[in-house]
Amino acid sequence: MTTTETPDMLRRILDYSSRADPYPLYAELRRTPVARQEDGSYVVSTYRELTDLLHDPHLSSDVRNLSRPMPQGQGDATPAFINMDPPEHDRLRRMAMRHFGPPHTPGLVTGVEPALTSAVGSLIDDFAGKEQIDIVDDFAYPFPVSVICHLLGVPREDEPRFRVWVNDLINSIDYDPKTDPKEKLEKGVQARKDLRQYLGGLLEQRHDRPGDDLLSRMANDDGPDGRMADDDIVSTANLLLIAGHETTVNLITNGMLTLLRHPDVLQRLRDEPGLVVPLVEELLRYEPPVHIIPWRAAYSDITVADTVIPKGSQIMLMLASGSRDQNRFHDPDRFDPDRRDNQHLGFGSGIHLCFGGPLARREAQIALGELVRRLDRPRLVADPPPYRRSPVLRGPIHLHVEQAAG
Amino acid sequence: MTSADNLQAFKRDGRIVIVGASLAGLRAAEALRGEGFTGSLTMIGDELGEPYDRPPLSKQVLTGWVSAGDTTLPRRRDVNAEWLLGVPATGLDLATNIVRLADGREIPFDRVLISTGVRARPWFVESEAALDGVFVVRTREHAEGLQRALAAGPSRVLVIGAGFTGSEIASICRERDIPLTVAELAPAPLVGALGAMIGEVAADMQRAHGVDLRCGVKVTQLEGDAQGHFRRAHFDDGSTIDADVAVVALGGIRNTEWLRGSGLAAGVWGIACDTGCRALTLNGLITDDIFVAGDVARCPNPIYEYRLISLEHWANAVEQAEVAAHNMVSGQADRWPHLSIPLFWSIQFGVNIKSVGVPTFADEVAVTQGSVSDHRFVAAYGYRGRVTAAVSFNNAKWLDHYRNLIETAAPFPPPCPTPDQPADMKPVPVDFPGPTLLAQGATVVVTGHDPGERRVTAAQYHR
Ligand SMILES: Cc1cc2nc3c(=O)[nH]c(=O)nc-3n(C[C@H](O)[C@H](O)[C@H](O)COP(=O)(O)OP(=O)(O)OC[C@H]3O[C@@H](n4cnc5c(N)ncnc54)[C@H](O)[C@@H]3O)c2cc1C
Repeated sequence: MTTTETPDMLRRILDYSSRADPYPLYAELRRTPVARQEDGSYVVSTYRELTDLLHDPHLSSDVRNLSRPMPQGQGDATPAFINMDPPEHDRLRRMAMRHFGPPHTPGLVTGVEPALTSAVGSLIDDFAGKEQIDIVDDFAYPFPVSVICHLLGVPREDEPRFRVWVNDLINSIDYDPKTDPKEKLEKGVQARKDLRQYLGGLLEQRHDRPGDDLLSRMANDDGPDGRMADDDIVSTANLLLIAGHETTVNLITNGMLTLLRHPDVLQRLRDEPGLVVPLVEELLRYEPPVHIIPWRAAYSDITVADTVIPKGSQIMLMLASGSRDQNRFHDPDRFDPDRRDNQHLGFGSGIHLCFGGPLARREAQIALGELVRRLDRPRLVADPPPYRRSPVLRGPIHLHVEQAAG
Repeated sequence: MTSADNLQAFKRDGRIVIVGASLAGLRAAEALRGEGFTGSLTMIGDELGEPYDRPPLSKQVLTGWVSAGDTTLPRRRDVNAEWLLGVPATGLDLATNIVRLADGREIPFDRVLISTGVRARPWFVESEAALDGVFVVRTREHAEGLQRALAAGPSRVLVIGAGFTGSEIASICRERDIPLTVAELAPAPLVGALGAMIGEVAADMQRAHGVDLRCGVKVTQLEGDAQGHFRRAHFDDGSTIDADVAVVALGGIRNTEWLRGSGLAAGVWGIACDTGCRALTLNGLITDDIFVAGDVARCPNPIYEYRLISLEHWANAVEQAEVAAHNMVSGQADRWPHLSIPLFWSIQFGVNIKSVGVPTFADEVAVTQGSVSDHRFVAAYGYRGRVTAAVSFNNAKWLDHYRNLIETAAPFPPPCPTPDQPADMKPVPVDFPGPTLLAQGATVVVTGHDPGERRVTAAQYHR
């Protein structure tokens, strides 16, 4: 396998016109598993090479290891562990994980299940009488937001406030200097500040009056690694809040879209609700919410598929392409909820494997199961639906669905 | 089986016998059915009951979290076999293709898979081994007995041997707050498997958890009271220790005695085979109808200079079973070699220890990631300048990378730094116990002069 330059291919993938169906382009991209770009960065698109890299200790998540600076820095705020390397990453992730899952908090996900079910139920109740529903605005968006607020301990009445911040923040990540007003970027910077300040304030209260939420637990727990610094708690909360947003929204929306495109599977899910478990796994492979890890840095020279990626290079990991690699998955472009061998890259792999994966899975399972059970003969209004701008966190911006009246 | 027709006929109506009905045996049986073998399948096992899993026996079962009866291996498919359980095989006749059982029955076969594994090495003085309170841990019954003894709240437990099993048992005793002495002949725990450097880490771990660890000593005698209950142990330095439970964790003995006289290359190191899991005869010739898998197999690994290596690893048993099963029902051209890189894991004192490769195939070791004092690190092993193995303590996610390094014969020490590289990653000698400690003696002698009469005969079986 040699390195050739296929900058056109990547540009076409990033171009908005490819958003609705990037998969044929991924297939072309995979012909060069490790493709060097004109700017010196590397695009990796095949399963084997992606998993090798994700388990390679020379792959760094810390921007400071890039030889070229990132176009938009995160500012001077403390980075969250997602942007750190071991051992700092391990320590912070471990400290946060104590409160978020097994072995120390085994019941977290199952504990919120009743809340998930009731949140989903009440959102669907509101569909009553409506002929047309936007799966995004009316359902997939408000649902995970309320869940993560509940978990973190963010008061319900503050939801609208930081929903704006998160929105501005995400928009600023998708900022395109050629077409977007600079205002968008500035709004993002401000939102980031506001959000940190807001979370800092909440945290302060939790120091005095701890509750049962994640913020309280992180603020008051002394584990074997000591106590988490306030700055790190704010960064972690920030990360969870944002990651808990777009990704789950896209997972649910992509899921509903896929089901509407596969009416036979939709009907099966209605008849056998247990199917939702492997179905969500297959969704994570077939229509994942995270398509690309846009940058990683080569800490040292890294050899993948006989290509040496020099130290300091930017590496772009095309996860969604890897999950459709015909050399790894049988008939990869087929949506097959009965698929057995399904080690997809939907949550990444290695030490940065999605922290919220177990929660996201449950959210999607409950959401899709209930939607399918309660929507009456749903029909897609437009196929393809309009997409968000981002090629990284890819999903429809609206998904209009009609249901039978009454 | 030469022609395709013969093979088809064999797959349809052939007779396959599996001797040793545990992990490797069961997985092979499942794989045989998965490969479309519809003939008769006989499973011979000397243990009663369904095949069960052993790793939990020294872990969850001893804490009481899982009962010994709940370790039954999950079935992946119906194997539709005839199960002859509770009776050992006592002989294998290659001339007539018959397995002999202890009860006198003779079971004919077209192909046979041997997966008789290992048994625990008992305490060397039989009367002392028979004392109440003296345990080994290999079977469900052993684990059940020891769990009961631990639950009774012993005043002190003595673990003899600090290999993986002994160390895991030690860990559990401390978890249950039972006073504990560990005696090990080597200078530190785990030294035989992982070398002196990791041994020191393991020793620190044990001491930090309140283990009374005594290294470089030999237990010479187990003393019982008038009721025949174990009470005291004597060491070769003249000291004694009072305890009411002794766990003998001195490794295993391969179950090959029943093959004595069969003509197979079977001995204390296991049964030699090729990478296709076909057994070798004493003379080093490959058989075609006798296959081996699991702890009892001794298989050449091209990555390790084609040396015959026997492993007591769960994953190895499963993979070998699958390769053996495939090859049992495939023609020459379609056979698979068993080429996987060994993988092993253990949990002790809250630390997840995992290894890839063969750490004993090394002359040097270097910590390449993390921090030894935090018990979170990866150490790479090298042999003459190439990576041959790696061990992680609470850092297992990186091991795939090290497996790549092993598979590609990457240079040792690995030249590229990682973000979590320790300040000092200088390689040190790996320091395994000298050959005298591991010596098992010769197993064969060669006789005859002319090429037509040169033969190997077994020199010495089983100590
Ligand atoms: C306590 C304990 C903890 C372990 N922990 C780990 C771990 O953490 N990680 C890991 O990788 N591995 C671990 N192992 C090792 C792992 O369990 C073995 O590698 C695995 O069991 C090997 O399977 P096998 O089928 O080859 O042999 P075995 O499991 O030994 O099975 C052989 C079977 O054959 C039977 N048999 C023997 N002779 C005859 C005969 N003549 N006739 C009929 N039947 C016969 C035996 O009774 C037995 O049932 C552990 C083992 C033990 C005992």
